[in-house]
Amino acid sequence: MDRLSNRRWFGVWQVSSYGLMLLLVLLIGAPLLWMLSGSLRTTREIYAVPPVWIPTEPRWQNFVDAWNAAPFDRFYINTIVTTIGGTSLEIINATLTAYAIAFLRFPKKNWFFLGLLLALMVPSQVTILPNYITMANIFGQNWINTYQGMILPGASVAFGTFLLRQAFLGLPREVLDAARVDGCGHLRLLWDIVVPMSQPVLVTFGLISLVAKWNDYLWPLIITNTENMRTLTVGITYLFDQEGDTQWGVVMAASIFVILPLLVIFVFAQKYIINGLTAGATKG
Amino acid sequence: MGGQHASVITAQPTATTSVAGSRGHRRFWQAEWFLFLLFVAPNVVIFALFTYWPMIQNGYLSTVRWDMVSPAKIGVGLANYEYLLTNAGFRTVFINTIVFTVASVGLSLILGLAAALLLNQPLRWRNGARAVLFAPTLLSGAAISIVWVYMFDPRYGLVAQILGWFNLGSPNWLIDPNWSMPAVIIVYIWKNLGFTAVIYLAGLQAIPRDLYEAAKIDGAGPLWRFRSVTLPMLSPISFFLIVTSILNTFQAFDIIRVMTQGGPVDSTNTLIYYVYEQGFVAFNAGRAAAAAMVLFALMFGVTWLQLRFTEQRVHYG
Repeated sequence: MDRLSNRRWFGVWQVSSYGLMLLLVLLIGAPLLWMLSGSLRTTREIYAVPPVWIPTEPRWQNFVDAWNAAPFDRFYINTIVTTIGGTSLEIINATLTAYAIAFLRFPKKNWFFLGLLLALMVPSQVTILPNYITMANIFGQNWINTYQGMILPGASVAFGTFLLRQAFLGLPREVLDAARVDGCGHLRLLWDIVVPMSQPVLVTFGLISLVAKWNDYLWPLIITNTENMRTLTVGITYLFDQEGDTQWGVVMAASIFVILPLLVIFVFAQKYIINGLTAGATKG
Repeated sequence: MGGQHASVITAQPTATTSVAGSRGHRRFWQAEWFLFLLFVAPNVVIFALFTYWPMIQNGYLSTVRWDMVSPAKIGVGLANYEYLLTNAGFRTVFINTIVFTVASVGLSLILGLAAALLLNQPLRWRNGARAVLFAPTLLSGAAISIVWVYMFDPRYGLVAQILGWFNLGSPNWLIDPNWSMPAVIIVYIWKNLGFTAVIYLAGLQAIPRDLYEAAKIDGAGPLWRFRSVTLPMLSPISFFLIVTSILNTFQAFDIIRVMTQGGPVDSTNTLIYYVYEQGFVAFNAGRAAAAAMVLFALMFGVTWLQLRFTEQRVHYG
């Protein structure tokens, strides 16, 4: 009798758990479905009450109209250049610095460490104004509306350096010592042994950096003022300011242009990203 | 140059003799600290140019009056700070920042923990659910905010539709100053819930099972086990999440810029948006810099607290 009621209680618990999970997925997924459905609606369906989830005649023309409403080819090129440039520089900087503080002797290394910590505490949002002024006249040149101006301020890393240093210190000492005994110098040690052995954490850090660069908004907004140099995130904002709520179908299609590449990457790489983020939290 | 590099790396007499001439010269190139400097140089130079120096420059700018164009900056001492302290508009901005931060952080922690507890059960498809939950954290805040403006449309939007099922009318979310802040907070939570949930989930999975067994033997029910085992074991993670979430909300810009531009009537104007608005819309460099210093002080305080409390887990050098 007791066991039976226990089992029934368990059944109720299970059903409500699945129900809650479904509700959660629907709540979080709804805006994404809304965007997808909206991008295929005709103007009439946009203003339909109740809303049409599955457009009767999908209007693919919205995507064509969105593409023609702004220079999206330029936006894509700009975003790809700044993302790949910024991410590569971050990975190189983080790897070199992490290797140096993990394996190389240096007087007053603690001070250097504190300097990095300090950099970690100065958020880029606080320095936008002086950085903008610097970019307007740097080495006698104007770097506003240039790739180097968009990329360079975000090319140094503190967070990633700490992440990689932690991983480097966790590598098996025997392997590193054996290589050194074999006459392996620091550059070869870094390139042939440390980097290949740290591949998972490098991929993770690279992905986190990639996502941040792709979605970056404030700095590209400030450092570019010609339409040709805008990134996707900035470009779509101006498109939205113009079209507003008059052209929801087109604006939704444009939003898909911005987020689709990351969604695709996420499907393949979510494990790496989630692992990296949780490592930062649980290992401190 | 390449040869010199090689001599540095191999650090072996046989490899270096051919390249380096004198003994002193060789010792210089072999010195490990030289390689150290070489490795950290790019990072340090960029930090110096675009983080340390601007920080100092920002401090200076906060003591001048300047429209970002004219050649002359007029020194005004602490007048910009005085303005911020006494200005009712800035007080609103400050309060908005606190409201936005406390509501966003509090709710995403509570809801994130609830979601993590749910997904910590042996449910089928829970990995799929976790993926859906996490996806919004990776998507562009600007693009997502545009979708939410459509969602919040009081007549045709999905939110109005859902409220209608419960016979509730939709507020004029982004036009009514009383509802704009809740709207922005909802979007922020929607976007960041996945992050807190995933971190909590990892924390839950790291709790040793025997703790629960022991509590069970002591006769603790599910609620009591949650209070006496789960919550205390999660407290370091909660602390980490509180700190990172506070820092993130202080920097939340894209959602506000796209959805409300700080309005209506400043109801969603937060510190970070105020810095942007003063600097790049109103061209008031001094006030923007002073507000940036306030923002920095707040963030520095939070980070400092974190370092103090996790000191034993941070290893210097």
